[in-house]
Amino acid sequence: MPEEKDSTKSADSHSKANGDEFRVIGVPRRRVDARAKVTGQTRFADDIFLPRMAHCKLLRSPHPHARIRKINASRALAHPGVYLVLTGKDLPIQYGILPVSQDEQALCVDHVRHVGDPVAAVIAREELTAFEALDLIDVEYEVLKTISNPEEALATPEPRIHEYGEEGNIHKLVALEFGNVEEGFAEADEIFEDSFFYQGNTHLPIEQHAAVAIKDPDGKLTIWSSTQTPHYLHRALAKVLEMPAAHIRVIATPNGGGFGGKSDPFNHEIVVAKAALVLDRPVKICLTREEVFYCHRGRHPVLMKFKTGVKKDGTITGMHLQTLIDGGAYGSYGVASTFYCGALQTTTYHIPRYRYEGCRTFTNKPPCGPKRGHGTPQPRFGQEVQLDKIAEKLKIDPADLRLRIVESSNAVTANFFRLGTVNLAECIRRVVQLSGWKEKFRKLPEGCGVGLACSAYLTGAGLPIYWNSMPHSGVQLKFDRSGGVTIFCGATEIGQGSDDVLAGIVAEVLGIDTFDVRLFTGDTDLGPVDLGSYSSRVTLMAGNAALQAAERGKALLAEAVAEKLAVPRKRLRFADRRVFDSTAPQKSVTFQEAICLAEARFGTIGTVGSYTPPKSPALYKGGGVGPSPTYSYSAAVVEVEVNATTGWIIVPKIWIAHDIGRALNPTLARGQVEGSVYMGLGEALMEEQEFRRLPKRLSHALVHKFPSILEYKSPTSLDMPDVITELIEEPDPRGPFGAKEVGQGPLLPIMPAVANAVYDAVGVRIDEVPITPEKIMKALAEKKAGREPRFGPSHFPHVNWPEPLRVPPPWEGGDGNAVNDVPRRAKPRPEKEKALTS
Amino acid sequence: MATLPMESQKTSQIRFTLNGEEVDVSFAPYKTLLEVLREDLGHTGTKHGCELGECGACAVLLDGKAVVSCLVLALECDGRQVLTVEGLGEEGKLHPLQDAFADLGAAQCGYCTPAILVTAKALLDQNPHPNRDQIREALSGNLCRCTGYLQIFEAVEAAMVKIAGQNNSDT
Repeated sequence: MPEEKDSTKSADSHSKANGDEFRVIGVPRRRVDARAKVTGQTRFADDIFLPRMAHCKLLRSPHPHARIRKINASRALAHPGVYLVLTGKDLPIQYGILPVSQDEQALCVDHVRHVGDPVAAVIAREELTAFEALDLIDVEYEVLKTISNPEEALATPEPRIHEYGEEGNIHKLVALEFGNVEEGFAEADEIFEDSFFYQGNTHLPIEQHAAVAIKDPDGKLTIWSSTQTPHYLHRALAKVLEMPAAHIRVIATPNGGGFGGKSDPFNHEIVVAKAALVLDRPVKICLTREEVFYCHRGRHPVLMKFKTGVKKDGTITGMHLQTLIDGGAYGSYGVASTFYCGALQTTTYHIPRYRYEGCRTFTNKPPCGPKRGHGTPQPRFGQEVQLDKIAEKLKIDPADLRLRIVESSNAVTANFFRLGTVNLAECIRRVVQLSGWKEKFRKLPEGCGVGLACSAYLTGAGLPIYWNSMPHSGVQLKFDRSGGVTIFCGATEIGQGSDDVLAGIVAEVLGIDTFDVRLFTGDTDLGPVDLGSYSSRVTLMAGNAALQAAERGKALLAEAVAEKLAVPRKRLRFADRRVFDSTAPQKSVTFQEAICLAEARFGTIGTVGSYTPPKSPALYKGGGVGPSPTYSYSAAVVEVEVNATTGWIIVPKIWIAHDIGRALNPTLARGQVEGSVYMGLGEALMEEQEFRRLPKRLSHALVHKFPSILEYKSPTSLDMPDVITELIEEPDPRGPFGAKEVGQGPLLPIMPAVANAVYDAVGVRIDEVPITPEKIMKALAEKKAGREPRFGPSHFPHVNWPEPLRVPPPWEGGDGNAVNDVPRRAKPRPEKEKALTS
Repeated sequence: MATLPMESQKTSQIRFTLNGEEVDVSFAPYKTLLEVLREDLGHTGTKHGCELGECGACAVLLDGKAVVSCLVLALECDGRQVLTVEGLGEEGKLHPLQDAFADLGAAQCGYCTPAILVTAKALLDQNPHPNRDQIREALSGNLCRCTGYLQIFEAVEAAMVKIAGQNNSDT
């Protein structure tokens, strides 16, 4: 027990939801890892110092696109204190997070694709020595043409950034049609066509990525790393190092913020692992902040075109979405991102016919990937701003319009996603009421406005990243004679509270305190696989696995106690560290005695639990992205004040309601909502991953505009508005104790709600994120000149879209399969790619 | 060896008070207070997010004033008082700020937390009853990417009340 206090305080703090009474679940609690965090004892990757530890630094390309002609490291190797220099030829095997895009090398062998791509590594006794020696490596480059944005990528098939993909510099094309959209448009009373642009931005975790690797005394490899996905890193290391995975141990240290930015296997992780094996001593790397900007894997910049048909009453008859996605230099999660950009439109409002076309291109910039909301904030922004325009044209209040068209619980969407509980209507009603929407919308004085938007998000990806039919999460429990319970699970603590979720569920089932539970998580040697902290999957998937393991343990204990107390098993209750007869509570044993009785009866007590998501009805190719056991819903109202002279935007207050199923720990749930609102506000108003050209007299290279925390603007404590958070709790039977996700969904409505509020305030549409004062001033100037009061993209470049896969929606008798079989473009795949994707 | 790597040249030495305890430390002269704390004194509670004075994650109290330790040369600290997160609690008990941060969800990933805790302590030492705006102002140099700051403000306010109560009962 910690000296301070129990997590559960008194009987009056018990949670009562739906007639159940819980002592841990639903009670605002101190999280299990809080003490470590407030005392500075949480051991992040860079806090690991080992005897004889060497330090690693990476030499990175100064060119956005070039061939490597020659590398000579002899001067660096001769530098005092340098132990080792690695180059691409030492680690030539390609890897990547997705099986279809194994396009990265730990150190580039012959081709660099963005400024910051690593070409060599120096390992030295001191970090400074390694840094100095980088200057002593001679690299001869042949500079290639830079592809700086998707439009250039479409127009410039050569030189190719990668030798795989659709063609030229197009990485991925997606075309799907669910029902005949043209028929939908023919039925419509009004057709709306709008273009939007969502600028890229980055995660900016305060902890820079770090990793430490050692060769174990028995010759195996251990690596500690700030990774959200130890299991996927484990697989990548085994592949690149050509070692049996069983000889590699990955320990995910608590992440100092992840937000999706630590979900790929990274070059620096592979490099220190290799160096530790070669040198037989610990090797550490900690990236500089500038290098973190080069790792990126952040929000894809997306150009969007929405065409939506509606009836006069607001009913949607069809929607056609096209996206042009700037992928940056590597695949990363990009194929999934391309599908995600078109996946979740159907999950909030009923859309009977839907067509999606998405195109991801490679460009010579740091690779984009999954950031909080992965692929959904961009189209959600467009969809919700367009709905605002539709409501205005149809003269319907935007809240009322949405209430008319919300999807219902357990519906199957046009693209065959089976929804769980859907309490979006309740979310809308709640924020409308709390914000005083009806008294404010179109009624506030000039310069002040309110905007509303909604969203949905996955509670865990329904399919794993590599195809397999094993569980997505596993938990082992050890019951100790001491009365303690130990949880072993691969789930990774990135600050979101995954450890507390596991401890809370196990403690609730067994009637003990969360601080009676020990956790060993994020360690591939100690715990069964959990796929990682991404797609908002941990609470539902690892939580369900923990629930199953705890229930199995409880059953063993109950059987032994029932026999001892001569009480029917059904009458036993587990609470307050006791097991007792619910009809005669004095008839009891302590929890510790219960374990001892069970151990005497059955032998050592250990149980396991696992979770596999239900099969999805989306059987068509591409239907693997978007299915989830259930979805969370959010609605937000944002209030803004816009200064018409300066364009400056102040956000005084935000109201948000989130359909969470059940909040396992309301303190943490609220923190996830507020943190999402904060991050959404940063994206809405200021955060952008921008690039610029160096002057011609220099290299004219395409470089990051501001790879620093100072210039990459993010909201500070002075910028954060008051947030009124409402958790809508209707337990979803698919989640542990009814819980759904909360870590990502509440970010999604913020950006469109800000844009809609700006329109309410000053009558200009900013169809682009971030919404900066400069853009507002430009739109206001347009308005003054009598032109369209708008700032945003005006055209969508020509893309040679393939014929779509046609999937009839459920109400047209579809079975989830496509009715046409679209052949891949007739082009022999290079031998190399075949080998990599097999 | 004549060509010892620079970082190994621990030619500078200072004596200062770290969390109430006198310490002597030798280090390479160019090192920052942050580096000396973490690398030479094993005090890894103080974190770093940029080493350019931008994120505030490395804040410590130098003679009671919050400073970003990545911009302070260790050589400047001779004879001075440094307080880090390791020195916040007393007699095995958490400081009221630590208790409140733990109870009220003010630490999510916990990476910016040590610096925010000491910065908040400096505020409360100087102004025992700050209002919300003064708390916002005091913490405006400490970036947090997880919480959205609100639970941090609430925790500082809860600690403020608790500390005031303790002081009243002491007198």
